[in-house]
Amino acid sequence: MKDKRWTVKSILTHIILLAATVVLGFPFVWMLSGAFKDSLEVVKMPPQLIPSNWKFDNFTEIEKYFPIYKFLLNSVLTAGVTTLLQLLVCTMAAYVFAKIPFKGRGAVFMLFLITMMVPMQVTLTPLFILFQKANLIDTFTGLILPGIFSAYGTFLLRQHMMTIPNDLIEAAFMDGASYYRVFWQLILPLIKPTLAALTIFAFMSSWNSFLWPLIVTSSKDVMTLPLGLSKLQGRWATEWNILMAGNVVSFVPIFLVYLFAQRYFIKGMTMSGIK
Amino acid sequence: MAGQRKWNRRTAAFLFLLPAILGLMLLQLVPMIASIVISFTDWDLLTNWKQANFVGWDNYTQVFKDEKSYTSLLNVFVFLIGYMPLVMVFGVLFAVLLNRNIRGVKFYRAAIFVPVITSWVAVSIVWRWLLNGQSGIVNYLLSLVGIQGPVWLQDPTWAMAAVIAVTVWKDVGFVSIILLAGLQDISDDYYEASELDGASAWNKFRNITLPMLTPSLFFVMTISLINSFQLFDQVLIMTNGGPAGSTSTIVEQVYKNAFQFNKMGFASAQSWVLFVIIFAVTFLQQWLQKRWVVYER
Repeated sequence: MKDKRWTVKSILTHIILLAATVVLGFPFVWMLSGAFKDSLEVVKMPPQLIPSNWKFDNFTEIEKYFPIYKFLLNSVLTAGVTTLLQLLVCTMAAYVFAKIPFKGRGAVFMLFLITMMVPMQVTLTPLFILFQKANLIDTFTGLILPGIFSAYGTFLLRQHMMTIPNDLIEAAFMDGASYYRVFWQLILPLIKPTLAALTIFAFMSSWNSFLWPLIVTSSKDVMTLPLGLSKLQGRWATEWNILMAGNVVSFVPIFLVYLFAQRYFIKGMTMSGIK
Repeated sequence: MAGQRKWNRRTAAFLFLLPAILGLMLLQLVPMIASIVISFTDWDLLTNWKQANFVGWDNYTQVFKDEKSYTSLLNVFVFLIGYMPLVMVFGVLFAVLLNRNIRGVKFYRAAIFVPVITSWVAVSIVWRWLLNGQSGIVNYLLSLVGIQGPVWLQDPTWAMAAVIAVTVWKDVGFVSIILLAGLQDISDDYYEASELDGASAWNKFRNITLPMLTPSLFFVMTISLINSFQLFDQVLIMTNGGPAGSTSTIVEQVYKNAFQFNKMGFASAQSWVLFVIIFAVTFLQQWLQKRWVVYER
């Protein structure tokens, strides 16, 4: 155990890290401050951090411009369902790739990974057409569907499942367990840490995703927060207090999840490294 | 009994794999093939696809003749030249500092990661305000030290610099945390041995930390590289590719050609060129990896 005394080295470390924290955190502080200013103070020079005239109305006024709380609900719904389904589909596939051998499984797995690695930009146009033909434009199904298949998720879960001893599974079979029961009652409880990290990660990706919603939605009924915010700024480009209120609405939920599940965020990111 | 078990196994494999395979076929494989086919036609989304004509390599030759395609590709390289060194240097610096056993290090680790979790859209709107010519605080702070700041996002010479800076700001926490994980894997034995030899702090960093960190560096560089070629969200929100195309990117071009100008065939060809570039660059990096990444034996 190293000591935690104040030395020149530790003071220097603190100074640099504090500076970094200020630079990285300031835009969020400024966003919060702006969200509570009135339309005059928000552009006033010199600016001040604490609003002289707290304006909580921004959060109700924004409703006049755009149904932001409807967007919030849409985002919660979309991200929630996407996460749930992604986890289910990925764990099911990973179970086969890790523990149920069949002829040609290796080839199927490789094909699976390679195909899934092709970025969305390549499939964007045909995917849009396909969804148009299937009447999935401006629907939650259309919004959710492409997000539930993840090569990374499947791969990571498979890696973790591979570490489960086969003897354990064989013993369960000897006791008369079915594949179904082994999956739910043996495998899933054992891979909980990976599942937790992946849950957080899938939720965050879905919560923040922009390109696909931009293409598949145009109606306010199904718009998610990022898309709603981008439309909001397209219409009212310089009403910073209103825009910042909208940003706060989108920032607070994911920030709260982060506060409570910080280590899973970091674990999820370090494992997969995609954004 | 054994036959029964085998049959069960096949059924189980089939059923558990079914959703993933269906998704793979319908949402990835079919669109991929369709995208290749469309890239050889003059289809424009508005007309019936039955009226589209096969045009051979036309779209591809046009992509290479198209000035906007070149600009967007060039912009991505300009972005990389600015972004990569900055995000890596700050990433290594923060990772090394966050690895020190000081008071409150957990707080710093958590704080540095906050920009990473937030959406590009929200963050881009905040930065549009911060960088605004009149009401932006960045220019106000600059004016305090006597500098008249440019209008950043509306200035063709500064817009890309601003995009680079904001992207470094958002990604540096991610790079640091990955590198921190790499640092924590380095055994203390190496440092203790070198201390016995009387190595200086710089020597330890140069001869132990940096080489041992190369696998993690390689990992984050690969990901940053792929992400850079897919630059889109922040550019669309902050500058919409402007001013005068100075921040236009490949994906932004694909998006606009397909969904604003309805040039489906052209956009599909562009997206395949993008794919080939990403593939080639990743491959090149894998190959160069042998020259600088040190793996522990």
